[in-house]
Amino acid sequence: MVTLSENTLQEIEKAASKYVDRKSALMAALWAAQAEFGQLSPDVIRAVAEVIGVSNAHAQGLATYHSLYWKKPVGKYVIMLCTNIACTLMGAETLLEHLEKKLGIHEGGTTPDGRFTLQEVECIGSCGNAPAMVINETFYYDLTAEKIDGILEGLK
Amino acid sequence: MEKILLKNADVPNINDVDVYIAHGGYKSLDKIFQMGPAAVLEEVKRSGLRGRGGAWFPAGMKWQFCVEVNKFPKYLIANADEGEPATFKDRPFLEKDPHQLIEGMIVSAYAIGASKGYIYLRGEYPTGYKVLNAAIDQAYKKNLLGNNIKGTDFSFDLAVHRGAGAYICGEASALIESLEGKRGQFRVRPPYMATHGAFGMPTVVNNVETLVNVSHIINGGADWWSSIGSKDSPGPKVFGISGHLQKPGLYELPMGVTLRELIYEHGGGIKDGKELKAVIPGGVSTAMLTPEHLDIKMDVKSLQTAGSAIGSGATTVMSEDACVVHMVWRAMAFFYHESCGRCTPCREGTDWMVKILARIENGEGRMEDLKILEDVCHTIHNNCFCPLGEGAVNPVLSGLKYFRADFEEHIRTRGCPKGLRARARH
Repeated sequence: MVTLSENTLQEIEKAASKYVDRKSALMAALWAAQAEFGQLSPDVIRAVAEVIGVSNAHAQGLATYHSLYWKKPVGKYVIMLCTNIACTLMGAETLLEHLEKKLGIHEGGTTPDGRFTLQEVECIGSCGNAPAMVINETFYYDLTAEKIDGILEGLK
Repeated sequence: MEKILLKNADVPNINDVDVYIAHGGYKSLDKIFQMGPAAVLEEVKRSGLRGRGGAWFPAGMKWQFCVEVNKFPKYLIANADEGEPATFKDRPFLEKDPHQLIEGMIVSAYAIGASKGYIYLRGEYPTGYKVLNAAIDQAYKKNLLGNNIKGTDFSFDLAVHRGAGAYICGEASALIESLEGKRGQFRVRPPYMATHGAFGMPTVVNNVETLVNVSHIINGGADWWSSIGSKDSPGPKVFGISGHLQKPGLYELPMGVTLRELIYEHGGGIKDGKELKAVIPGGVSTAMLTPEHLDIKMDVKSLQTAGSAIGSGATTVMSEDACVVHMVWRAMAFFYHESCGRCTPCREGTDWMVKILARIENGEGRMEDLKILEDVCHTIHNNCFCPLGEGAVNPVLSGLKYFRADFEEHIRTRGCPKGLRARARH
């Protein structure tokens, strides 16, 4: 059984006050819970569902519908590399291979030390500076393999 | 052309309400409160403003439908879900110059009679989430939002609703489902948004860039605004150009600029002096075009006549180095990933097509696959609830129309001449 922190509960209530129906705050509540727990395990989702007042099935359905809610544990740094058309044209697939090799994991995986998760993502709206990636909430543009090496070095 | 929409995007701290006001921001409010809502609506109708998210529906007409419904409260939603691949035109208004969007929303809400507003922001823009929330807080403190705005009897509340990574939520009715805490899936119409939108109330959903234009129409007048760009779809437009270009990026230009001007004048031409192979004019859901089409104007009618669409104005350029089959496969992998799974033609059709395209790219294709692809496209077309499936067929059909020889070469030579492979994706 998971208990949401006071801070998370406050954030959820603040979000709920913005709508006529508190069910609308379910997405914001999942964001808040993910910020607290780092992922949305079935137990965390169940706790959120109770606070919002929807069925567990509804909340699970919503959480699994979206690609930015993590349903399994992720690393300290989540590398989201865009491989949609503009980035692929500019060489993103080579960078994906480079990252897989460098980190020793496949796309979707997490390094054994729990530092990095590598995630291939759809367009992140950075097409004018492709290829691009996001690590946690920071955007990195005009990437090359060397540039990526430097960025990861700085995160250690 | 002098910049209108992106004029202040690079002014330091333009996200601060005082800096924005010092640069002439929020002055359209004084004007609209003198004009009254009906005159504001009339001005926007007269301007010919059309929705810049991709459908290009006349904004004034959309508002009119909502105005005519006698049910309150009414909602105005800014569609900031910007998910169409290769589209990045709304980011400046979400991350740098947020008050321009807020001002446009206040003016629009006044014309519509909406008292509640949301900005539905895609989850991929965390900076926008912080910037917009801070800007909204400031606007409340200045009484530009909230009750009795600037001492008038007009009240408007605004909040940000953050998405979490689902392309389909950019479709207006799916967006509203998502706003209501449900999975973003299409609503069958009728009833229409104008009568039964968010929380069952009359609702207008407009793209960010559409709303941003509104205060400029009020400040400069409809005549001035519609003197810019094409007659059929007037006004300034932020074009996002990407792919194999010397200078990719965002360019604010009048509607009706030609593809040639966009690519060679503004984009600096093809990267490394290569030859142009193909161009996607308006986002992945729009049909590819070829060098033959370079003199086509970027406006609604011209691109429609050419068998494509202006979409979001996100133009992606492929040089001779690109493999069209690979790009069509990657586009389909996107549609398959994003299909909400509700209607069969889209759910199954994108699944079939991504598999067939992958085997062609990987040298396991058969000539009859091309016929199967076309058949699947025709089964999807006109048989889906929403535009996602409809959009998914465009890269395939246009690819087969203009670059059939490339598909055949993959099949004949058992592989990709550029040495690329379609990866297994999940």
